[in-house]
Amino acid sequence: MAKKQQNYDVRFDVMGLRKMATILSAALILISIVAIVLRGLNFGIDFTGGYIVEAGFEQPAELPAIREALASNGFEDAIVQHFGTTTEVLVRLAPAEGLTGAKVNTDVDRVLAGLGQGDVTMRRVEFVGPQVGEELREQGGLAVLIALFFIVIYIWLRFEKKFSVGAVAALVHDVVITVGFFAITQINFDLSVLAAILAVIGYSLNDTIVVFDRIRENFTEIRKKAPLEVMNISINQTLSRTIITSLTTLLVLSALFLLGGESIRSFAIALIIGVIVGTYSSIYVASNAVLSLGLTREDMLPVEKEGTELDDIP
Amino acid sequence: MINKYPLWKYLLLALVVGAGCLFALPNLFGDDPAVQISPRNGVLATDIEQNLRSTLEEGGITNFSLREDDGRMLVLFANGDDQLKGRDLIQQNHSNRNTVALNLVPATPAWLRSIAKPMGLGLDLRGGVHFLMEVDVASAIKQAEAKYIDDFRTFLRGRDIRYRGARQTDNGVRVRFDDAEKRDAALAAIRSEYIDLELASVDEDAEFFIDARLTEIARENERRSALDQNIITLRNRVNELGVAEPIVQQQGRERIVVQLPGVQDTTIAKEILGATATLEYRMVHGTSTDWYAARDTGRIPANTKLYTLREDGSPILLQRRVIVTGDQIKDASSGIDTQSGSPAVFINLDGAGAKRMQDVSSENIGNPMAVVFIETQVTTVKKGDEYEKKRTRVEEVINVATIRDVLSHRFQTTGLDTGEARNLSLLLRAGALKAPVEIVEERTVGPSLGQENIDRGKMSVLIGLALVLIFMAVYYKAFGVIADLALVTNLVLIVALLSMLPTSLTLPGIAGIVLTVGMAVDANVLIFERIREELRNGQRVQDAIHAGYEKAFVTIADANVTTLIAAVVLFVFGTGPIKGFAITLSIGIITSMFTAIFGTRAIVNWLYGGKKLKTLPI
Repeated sequence: MAKKQQNYDVRFDVMGLRKMATILSAALILISIVAIVLRGLNFGIDFTGGYIVEAGFEQPAELPAIREALASNGFEDAIVQHFGTTTEVLVRLAPAEGLTGAKVNTDVDRVLAGLGQGDVTMRRVEFVGPQVGEELREQGGLAVLIALFFIVIYIWLRFEKKFSVGAVAALVHDVVITVGFFAITQINFDLSVLAAILAVIGYSLNDTIVVFDRIRENFTEIRKKAPLEVMNISINQTLSRTIITSLTTLLVLSALFLLGGESIRSFAIALIIGVIVGTYSSIYVASNAVLSLGLTREDMLPVEKEGTELDDIP
Repeated sequence: MINKYPLWKYLLLALVVGAGCLFALPNLFGDDPAVQISPRNGVLATDIEQNLRSTLEEGGITNFSLREDDGRMLVLFANGDDQLKGRDLIQQNHSNRNTVALNLVPATPAWLRSIAKPMGLGLDLRGGVHFLMEVDVASAIKQAEAKYIDDFRTFLRGRDIRYRGARQTDNGVRVRFDDAEKRDAALAAIRSEYIDLELASVDEDAEFFIDARLTEIARENERRSALDQNIITLRNRVNELGVAEPIVQQQGRERIVVQLPGVQDTTIAKEILGATATLEYRMVHGTSTDWYAARDTGRIPANTKLYTLREDGSPILLQRRVIVTGDQIKDASSGIDTQSGSPAVFINLDGAGAKRMQDVSSENIGNPMAVVFIETQVTTVKKGDEYEKKRTRVEEVINVATIRDVLSHRFQTTGLDTGEARNLSLLLRAGALKAPVEIVEERTVGPSLGQENIDRGKMSVLIGLALVLIFMAVYYKAFGVIADLALVTNLVLIVALLSMLPTSLTLPGIAGIVLTVGMAVDANVLIFERIREELRNGQRVQDAIHAGYEKAFVTIADANVTTLIAAVVLFVFGTGPIKGFAITLSIGIITSMFTAIFGTRAIVNWLYGGKKLKTLPI
C-alpha cells in the first residue's frame, strides 16, 4: 500500500478555547435551570388542558372589546391575543368545571359574532381535557428519557464508554439550554416543541458522532501525538462539514420559521436553537468531556484485533 | 481504483426512481368536489345510476360524472357550488336508503388510479374534526353487576333460600341474610352457578352478607365489549351524519378516536356522537293522588319508581318492570304526527320487543303507558390531585298516553321538539352506547386554515429546497449539482412512500420533510469533504473518490441510526400530528441514505469513473 502523505495541520486551535467554552456552557446551563425553576415553561394547552379558539376577522380585531365581551359572558379568565396578524385572534381558556362539550365552542362563537366587528370565521378550535394534558406531559418526559437511553446503548456498543458519556453530556446540555430558552422567552411550549426537542437530540448526536468517528480513526492512525492534539486535528478536519451541514439545516429552518405560519413557528424556533447549540456542543461539550475523562490510545484499540496490529508495527 | 458500477446497480437505481416517480405522480392532479352515496344496507340499488342522473339533470346540473367505487356511488362535479347544490338534490331524493356525504375525490386519470393514489391529508391540512372520547368503563361494569340483583332474586327463590334484599354498593352487589346458615347455603349455591363472580361472606353488626363482584377476567371482558360495542355504535352514528371517509378506532385501553374530515359544525357532531339518549316504555302506576303522596312523603310503593314529567315537572309513578327498551328498537324515523301536528318519532320494534309490547298492551287496554327519555352525561372534574368522573343521569317522562288498541311492532311517540325528535330517531337507528362517553380532546380545523397550511407547507419546502440546491451547486460545483439531483430524487421518494403507506400527511409531517431536506445533504457534505481532503493529501482522483465514499459511509450510518432512534421513539410515544412528524423524518432518513450514497455514487462513477483525471470539479 502506498504511503499516504497525511496533512495534520491545525488551522484553528479549537481545543485551546476549551476552558472558556466550559465556563460558557456552565453559565448557559445555570441560567437555563434557574429560568426553568423560577419562571417555568409557558405550557400550551396540549399539556395543561383547556380551550383554544382561533378566529379570523375581516378587519383588524379590537382586543379590549373582545376581552370585555368575553368577560361579561362568563369567560373572565380568557386570554385574548393576536395570532400572527391583527385580523386573527386567539382565545385561550384554562380548564374549569363545565368547560367541556359543545358549550364553549358555541358560546365563544356567539360572543365574537355579536361584537359588531364584521364576519367572524372559526379557524381552529382545540380542546384538551386536563387528564389528557397530564398524560401528554408524562409521556413527553418519558419519551425524551427513553430516546436518551437507547442512544447511550447504541453509542456504547459502537464506540466506547467514555464516548457515550460525552455524547450524553452534549445531549443533556442541548436539551437543557433549548428548554431554558423557552423558559426565558416564555414562548408557548406545546407538543410540536417537544417533537422538535427530540429531533434536536437526533441532530445533535449526528454532529457529535461525526466528530467522534474522526477521533477514533485518528487515534489509530496518528501515534505520536497527545490525545489533546489528536482531538484538535480531528475537530479541524470535520469543522467545515459541521459548519456546512448546520448552515443548510438552518437555511431550511429559517424558511420554515418565516413561511410556515404561526402554528409551526415555535417548532422552528426550538430546532434553530437546538441546531446552533448542538453544533457548538458536539465540539466543546462532547469532545471536551471525553478528554476530561482521560481518553487514552489504549481505550481505542479493540482487543481482538491484536494479532493484525502486530504486523503493522514498523 | 476504477470506480465503475456494474449494470445491475444502474438498473436497480432506475427501477427505484421510476417506481418513485410513478407512485408520487397522483399527487400532481388535485381533487374534484364530489358527493358520495353509500347504501345503508350495503348494496347499491341497481337503478341508482339512472336515478341519480335524472335527479341531477332535472335539478339543472349538467356537468357531472358518475362512478362506482368500493360499493358506493361517487358523483363528481365541476365546482364546489354544483357540489353543494347536487348534495341537496340527492339528499332530498335518495337519502331514505342511502347516506349522502360531501367528499373530495382525487382527480387522478383512470389508468393511474388502479396503480397509485395520492397521499392522504391529515385533518390539519384538509379541515375537519378530531375527537378523543373516553369510555366510562366503570359505569359499564356497574351496569353489568346491577343485573345480578334481578338474577339473584330468581335464583335464590328457585332454591328456596330466603334473603332480606340485595343492593348495589361501590364494590359490587351486597345480599343480606337473616342468619349465617342461610348465607352459607346461598354462598355455596351461587358459587357453583356463577363463575364470573368473586364472592365474599361478610359479618357486620350481627348481620350477614354476601358481597359479589365481577372477577378480573369478567371485568376485562366487560371493558372490551363496552369498547367494541361503542365503536360499532359510533360508526353507525357517523354514517348517519353523512361524513365521507371517517375514522373510528380504539386508542389505548379506554379511548376511541373519531375523525371526521370536512365536518365544520362540531356542535351537531358532538351532540350526536356523545349522546346516550334512549327510550324506555313503562306502565303507569296509580293516580295523581298517589304520585304527589309518594313525592311528598318519600314513600315509594313496592315495584314502582318515581319520575318527573318533562312538561311541568310534576311527579309520576311508573312500574319498575320495563316493557320495551331502546335496545329492542329496530328502526326509527322522525316526522310529524298527523293528528296533533306535533313532532313525533316513529318506532319500529324487533321481534321480541314487538311480542312483549303486544302482550302487555292487550292486557292493559284503557290504561296509561309512559315513555321515559334517558340521558347520561359524564364529565371529569379534578378533586385535589385525582381526576374523578362525575355522572349525571337524566330520566324524564316525555309522554303519557292511554293504550287504545293492541300495539305491536310499529307505533309512534310524541312529546319532543323537532330537533330532539330528529336526533333521537337517529340515535335509536344507530343503536345505543353501551357505556357513556366523554369527549376528552377535540381539535377542529376550518377548511380555509387547512388550505393555508397546505400552501405554507408547500412554500417552506420549496423555498428551503431552493436555498439548499443553490448553496450546494455554488459550494461543490458539479458535485453539488449531483447532490442536488439526489436531494430532489429523495423528495420524490418520500412523497411516493407517503402515498403508498396508509398514513396521512400533517403539518408537522411537512416540517419533518423540510428538516429532512436540510439534513439529507449532510451525507453528501461528509463524502465531498472527505474527497477534498484526500485530494489535498495528494491522492489520485479515482482513489480519492473511492476513499471518500468508503470512509464517510460508516460515519453516515452511525449518525443516521441515532437520529432514527429518536424518530422511532417519537413515533411510539407521539400521538396524532407528532406521529406524522416521526414518520416523515424516518422515511426521509432512509431514503436520503439511498439517494445520497448510492444515487450520487452511481452518477459520479458514470461521469468520472475510470477516467484519467487530474482534478475534480468539487
